[in-house]
Amino acid sequence: MLYAILCYHDEDFVGSWSKEQDEAVMKKLAVVQEKLTSQGRLGPVARLLPTTAAATLRKEDPPLVLDGPYAETKEQLLGFYIVDCKNLDEALDVARDLGAANPGGAYEVRPVGVFRPGGKLT
Amino acid sequence: MSEADTAWIETALTSARPQAVGALLRYFRDLDTAEEAFQNACLRALKTWPQNGPPRDPAAWLIMVGRNVAIDEVRRARKQQPLPEDDQAISDLGDAEGALAERLDGSHYRDDILRLMFICCHPQLPATQQIALALRIVCGLTVKQIARAFLVSDAAMEQRITRAKAKVAEAGTPFETPGAVERSERLAGVAAMIYLIFNEGYSASGDTAEIRKPLCEEAIRLARLLLRLFPSEPEIMGLTALILLQHARSAARFAADGSLILLDDQDRSLWNGTMIAEGLALIDKAMRHRRSGPYQIQAAIAALHARASTPEETDWTQIDLLYGALEVVQPSPVVTLNRAVAVSKVRGPQAALELIEPLAPKLANYFHFYGVRGAFLMQLGRNDEARIAFDRAIALANTSAEAAHIRMHLDRLIRDSQPKPKESAKAK
Repeated sequence: MLYAILCYHDEDFVGSWSKEQDEAVMKKLAVVQEKLTSQGRLGPVARLLPTTAAATLRKEDPPLVLDGPYAETKEQLLGFYIVDCKNLDEALDVARDLGAANPGGAYEVRPVGVFRPGGKLT
Repeated sequence: MSEADTAWIETALTSARPQAVGALLRYFRDLDTAEEAFQNACLRALKTWPQNGPPRDPAAWLIMVGRNVAIDEVRRARKQQPLPEDDQAISDLGDAEGALAERLDGSHYRDDILRLMFICCHPQLPATQQIALALRIVCGLTVKQIARAFLVSDAAMEQRITRAKAKVAEAGTPFETPGAVERSERLAGVAAMIYLIFNEGYSASGDTAEIRKPLCEEAIRLARLLLRLFPSEPEIMGLTALILLQHARSAARFAADGSLILLDDQDRSLWNGTMIAEGLALIDKAMRHRRSGPYQIQAAIAALHARASTPEETDWTQIDLLYGALEVVQPSPVVTLNRAVAVSKVRGPQAALELIEPLAPKLANYFHFYGVRGAFLMQLGRNDEARIAFDRAIALANTSAEAAHIRMHLDRLIRDSQPKPKESAKAK
């Protein structure tokens, strides 16, 4: 069984870390990640850029693009894709195609800051 | 209590500060009272949080406690009532904090913070006082930290901030929620202030760059805050992108001896990739609004530099066009001067020189004008004129790093004008 572990935290709080504080946290995380990698248990690891960099496609008809992460709080994060796109427009196009196949709700499009493919998962 | 135990409190207090001071200001309508109330609330937090853990909403907690303490003080002063028991005022905080947090929705926070920032960039204050006041009130830097960043004495900075506060109090500030027009005017003022704070840190020379880096970091923090309050303003996206893209190069901008390293000569592997990614994402997002403005255009120029993995890959044609657009929305001789650098890469030094010659009267006291002019003349082989321009640039240099950079050009000119060995003359 694979588990997705999604990170939630107060962005204001994390955003106020100094570079040194941030690096210290990342270093501690890397220790955990390396252990999992060596055991072949770690899949992709992604750190998202701040929510200010996000756009949201509401899957209405026609779909509506909003600035910011505006998925309503009553909706839960049910999964995620990582797709290589040239720019936001292209990413929104992908979201539109996905939305056509699976209407309702919203896709938040957040640029990824750090991506580590990690070990091989079977 | 170890340092690690209190570090999270410091961080929480810093990030809650604009919201809390903003709300306290709305309540007390006086900067000094609001600030003092916040300080008192912070002292309580340092005392109670380590035992009770962080509150659900630190900003709401600080607003409530700050308000209680300040009201008690007013009462005490008025009636000489005995002070309440230490924790009495916050005894039922658990419930009240939740209720307050509910009431303080996003739009409320937004107006409080904006009002706070707006007061700091009061049009009657000179820019230096606006920045000092904002750093003190919004960011909570100590007078000592600000004085250090501005390279002035503590006493001088204290005086500057006191004077700014007095002027704000004297001028009187409207406290009602701003209307749409006013809000967009304020937003432009606040954006300009953030840009000034950033520039104050960014324009530091090598030996002071490290000291003044916190100014850049504060500006980025404020820009992100503003962007979360106004997520659909393309110019705020542009501003945030611009300062992120500039700051991303900070590790590569100075040599070990403190001298300035120009963009072309910087070690691009030292650039901060995450910051660049965020800046590029933001400018990408801003462009979709099709409402360009000066910050977006400048950010787009910075983005073209950031995208080039070597100086040769820089898209100078596009940069020339963007500077042309910037000349339309924000005409200034400095913009034209910057454009000339792009023109020299696309159409050669002669075209660039012709572009800047008419600027001479307006930029007669501007260091960069003579530096750029000297560089074009040098490229055209007009070495004597170049030397005069460089001499003038050195006389006008603001920092030792700037002067040292021009001296390097001068040295090269002198070296080149020495009688050359035959082979190299032939090679030319």
